[in-house]
Amino acid sequence: MKAHQGLRLKTYILICMMILFGPLGDVVLGKGMKHIGAMASWAPGDVFQFFFRTFTTGTIWLGIASLMTFFVAYILVLSWADYSYVQPASAMSYGLIALLAYFVLHEEITPTRWAGVLLICLGVFVVGHTHPRTTERDPC
Amino acid sequence: MLTQLLYIFLIVFPGTGGEICVSRAMKQVGEVTDFRPRAIARVIGRAMKVPWMWIGLSMMALGFFALLGMLSVANVSFVFPATALSYAVGALGGRLFLGERVTPQRWIGVLVVCIGVTLVFLGKG
Repeated sequence: MKAHQGLRLKTYILICMMILFGPLGDVVLGKGMKHIGAMASWAPGDVFQFFFRTFTTGTIWLGIASLMTFFVAYILVLSWADYSYVQPASAMSYGLIALLAYFVLHEEITPTRWAGVLLICLGVFVVGHTHPRTTERDPC
Repeated sequence: MLTQLLYIFLIVFPGTGGEICVSRAMKQVGEVTDFRPRAIARVIGRAMKVPWMWIGLSMMALGFFALLGMLSVANVSFVFPATALSYAVGALGGRLFLGERVTPQRWIGVLVVCIGVTLVFLGKG
């Protein structure tokens, strides 16, 4: 019973880290990419210019650092928990994304989109009540 | 719109397939019980020696660049929920490729997530 609770606790902690750092990285990247703007065309020169501008922008690197923290939490939790558990559970981040997009990026969010975000959170709640691990330790 | 659909396809399929490969690699590495920075670094080192990790990372990189491309043409609050179609693909992939027991309750949760995603799509301002 204790091992079961311990498994759930460490799963929740790492998923919380994913929920926090994933959207943070996404929003910072979003802000950086908006600043850079769309690629002018698919011509090699324009593609090179686009990537050069992207990877010489500080905001982009801040976003990448957040996403790397997210990724470490992600691979650690996947060492024991089901992918089909972790993936939907991490969708809680959509609520956070909507809030960040609304308050930080000042994007308009329609009531329909808010309803969608709420449903996503409800789905995550349902998935979250299943057991995090349903397989043997090594599927291979 | 066609460009956005192409981006969504590139984010969802290679992205989710890559995550499934990474999940497989991490199951091979084994359950992490020590969370000190050194131990975590060792786990990452071990994971990088598993071929599934590299296959997964390559596929995820493709999804990531598609994500960067899409972020430059659409709002962030639209892009991420729209790509959540990957949850249905992920549950199916977990069952087929990782042998996970996706219970009816878990499927219901995934279905609710997908309905939410559709609403987010329809609610694009």
